[in-house]
Amino acid sequence: MSILIDKSGPFTHARTSVQRTMTLVLLALVPATLFDVWLFGWPAIFMFAITVASCVALEAACLTIAGKPLTPTLTDGSAVLTGWLLAMSLPPWAPWWIPMAGSVFAIVLAKHLFGGLGQNPFNPAMVGRVALLISFPLPMTSWVVPHPLTAAGSPGFFDSLMITFGGHLGHLDTVSAASALGYIKTELSRGVPVSQSMTHLPDLMDMVIGSRAGSFGETSALLILAGGLFLLARRIISWHTPVAVMGTLLVMGTLFNAIDPARFTGGLFHLLSGATFLGAFFIATDYVTSPVTKQGQLVYGVGIGLLTWIIRTFAGYPEGMAFAVLLMNALTPLIDHHIRPRSFGRTRKGEPLTVKGDDR
Amino acid sequence: MTLFPIRGGIHPDYRKEQTSEKAIVALPMPHFLYLPLQQHIGAPAAPVVAVGDVVAKGQVLARADGPVSAPVHAPTSGRIVEIGDSPAPHPSGLPQPTIVLEADGEDRWIDLAAPLADPFAATPAEIAGRVAEAGIVGLGGATFPSSVKLRLGQQTKLDTLLLNGAECEPYLTCDDRVMREYAAEVVDGARIMAHALGTQRIIIAIEDNKPQAQAAMTEAAAVGHTGIEVIGVPVQYPMGSERHLVQALTGRETPARRLTADLGVVVHNVATARAVHHALRFGRPLLSRVVTVSGGAVAEAKNVDVPLGTKVAELVAFCGGFTGEPKRIISGGPMMGQPLPSLDVPVVKGTSGILALTAAETNEQARQPCIRCGTCVTICPCGLVPVEMAAFIRNDKLDGAARLGVMDCVSCGSCSYICPSHIPLVHYFNYAKGMLNAQERDRRKTETVKRLVETHAERVEKIAQARRAAAAAAKAQAELNKANGASA
Repeated sequence: MSILIDKSGPFTHARTSVQRTMTLVLLALVPATLFDVWLFGWPAIFMFAITVASCVALEAACLTIAGKPLTPTLTDGSAVLTGWLLAMSLPPWAPWWIPMAGSVFAIVLAKHLFGGLGQNPFNPAMVGRVALLISFPLPMTSWVVPHPLTAAGSPGFFDSLMITFGGHLGHLDTVSAASALGYIKTELSRGVPVSQSMTHLPDLMDMVIGSRAGSFGETSALLILAGGLFLLARRIISWHTPVAVMGTLLVMGTLFNAIDPARFTGGLFHLLSGATFLGAFFIATDYVTSPVTKQGQLVYGVGIGLLTWIIRTFAGYPEGMAFAVLLMNALTPLIDHHIRPRSFGRTRKGEPLTVKGDDR
Repeated sequence: MTLFPIRGGIHPDYRKEQTSEKAIVALPMPHFLYLPLQQHIGAPAAPVVAVGDVVAKGQVLARADGPVSAPVHAPTSGRIVEIGDSPAPHPSGLPQPTIVLEADGEDRWIDLAAPLADPFAATPAEIAGRVAEAGIVGLGGATFPSSVKLRLGQQTKLDTLLLNGAECEPYLTCDDRVMREYAAEVVDGARIMAHALGTQRIIIAIEDNKPQAQAAMTEAAAVGHTGIEVIGVPVQYPMGSERHLVQALTGRETPARRLTADLGVVVHNVATARAVHHALRFGRPLLSRVVTVSGGAVAEAKNVDVPLGTKVAELVAFCGGFTGEPKRIISGGPMMGQPLPSLDVPVVKGTSGILALTAAETNEQARQPCIRCGTCVTICPCGLVPVEMAAFIRNDKLDGAARLGVMDCVSCGSCSYICPSHIPLVHYFNYAKGMLNAQERDRRKTETVKRLVETHAERVEKIAQARRAAAAAAKAQAELNKANGASA
């Protein structure tokens, strides 16, 4: 009989593991992903598959080069999740080299050069997206109107191969479209007030359901929200970050829209457009790159909301979620350093509490 | 009564149903008992018997040695066959001084000192003295000599005796069974202790997963209108940690590095109260304790009244031995208990449980990288940041961990339990605490040595100075004499 005495207790453990956490997050993404696959058809399926496969392959390559064991890391689901989230943030009909290049940025540069799982200061999927957006602005902003898989006129399997790998759109003419945020920004730059350009957009209900142009995974706010609520219910994430992100966007949008409706879009529009829900529930809540305390997460979330609103409203890019997340990632160590819980029996400054009779 | 929330905590699988309905059974007296001189916090007891001595049940074998110590008594009559080193019930399994008693099977009592006619007429010092003589220590597992805690009322103004029946550790049901089967004894012991402490108020706190114990204690407390409050507390690990229990019941937070007594509250375990009842009403010393034997690898899980000094192997055999291969043998609960290196160690005063856990129960997995999920921060009942402390300790930066408050960690194990990456956080913290304590000891030692060396150097210098002065004076005298001689 070999009895182990190699470590202190506890000698019981919750049924938690990295795999379980990652699997639940992936599960939460499934409904929105399935809907988006139907919405954008075969080219989107190819794009999604290439992203996830490249991320996993690159993870394996990096582990091999670093001389680390493959199995525990490859099976933890983190590379799949990075690929999945990156795919969600890409244009659905992106040509094959976009997801591949994005995976290199995400897995090699953002994750493994910093030491692998748990060591990366920046969210790998967002590094992938932002690096692509800056390097290849044209394909990264070529949106298509939804071409549901089952609809007439949607590209078939072979047409789709040509779209993804051949780089041309064949006979499909009415493909290009602008995202809602992009459209508003363009119109504003032409002098068209927001209050007027808004009337040309799909109404808010359509945005909730998701049949609009945009990144692969960001269009269906409702299904993303459902996934987010699932994660909340399973306690994989807490409400602090998503509520802080969305609350800040809602408040800023509503406030400034009330001040000048011609210049500023409303709070509800900010909430339902772009990657707000995806970002708030799935990106900003990334464990590795966000603060560890709840109070810290509130600060972090407010920061993301604020920066997103500022970038969307004043900067050159129509969507600012990815930039905002990366900027706040950089502040995470600082937030963690300054915002710590109060220790039992101590003041916030770390001095022992006093009891009656101490001031003698 | 309004309860106050405590921070964090976890809800482990309690698995108490394996023994909660098993009435306490007495273990047949073993042939040999192995009684370590150190079964308590403080100085080891000093033997007062020699090899070959024939002793009676209840006789003192080793006396308390110093103000914080506890005597060891003979759990049965027999002959002392050895006083030497025997493996300790400690992960190290290192040998420690132990008295070996061979039972003669007669179980013949010594003439016990007459019990106090009325403990409530006795002075607090008398009661504490009796408790000290009975060798009673905290039976919840801390094993701090109870008499020392009972004397706190003589230094500090106390208002509440809090009896801890939370029993928040999974598996353990020994306190549950004691409360259900010996409620009146626990209540009587509590009243005597409160009298010694000078507290008006007695609260018995029991977690809500023990409704029968709550009912039994409520009923026992109602007899004679004792005014004892039996309070149900939420099932939340580590509710049984004394500082957290005091906070839950009074809303008051014990300052760091202070005692709950500074808030006017003294906490004792329910089984300790029962031992006090035995000592004061019958003059009986602490000779046995109730131990929960449980875990998936044990054939018949039981609550057993075990004579102190019984080898764990014998206790396990009494419970039908093992059915499967145990992955871990634990003394105490699975959260804060100690792993035992073998079954060849004795049951001591602090042994609340002997658990033989299967691999499925311990659910140990290979360590994965930390993903900074922050759950350890959320659930830490002490408001610490385990993830950051662990990072410091892993890089051997113990000062950094100390700044983050690693010394405030109570090693409750919640963070390790919940960690999705299966990082043995508490193991790190225990390591850091040990190293920091050792460093502190070294620092003090160095300071003492430095002080002694400096004092010595000063003394030597003073002597040398005095010698030089004397030599100079003698020389001057000699010259003076010479001069005088010349002139004469």
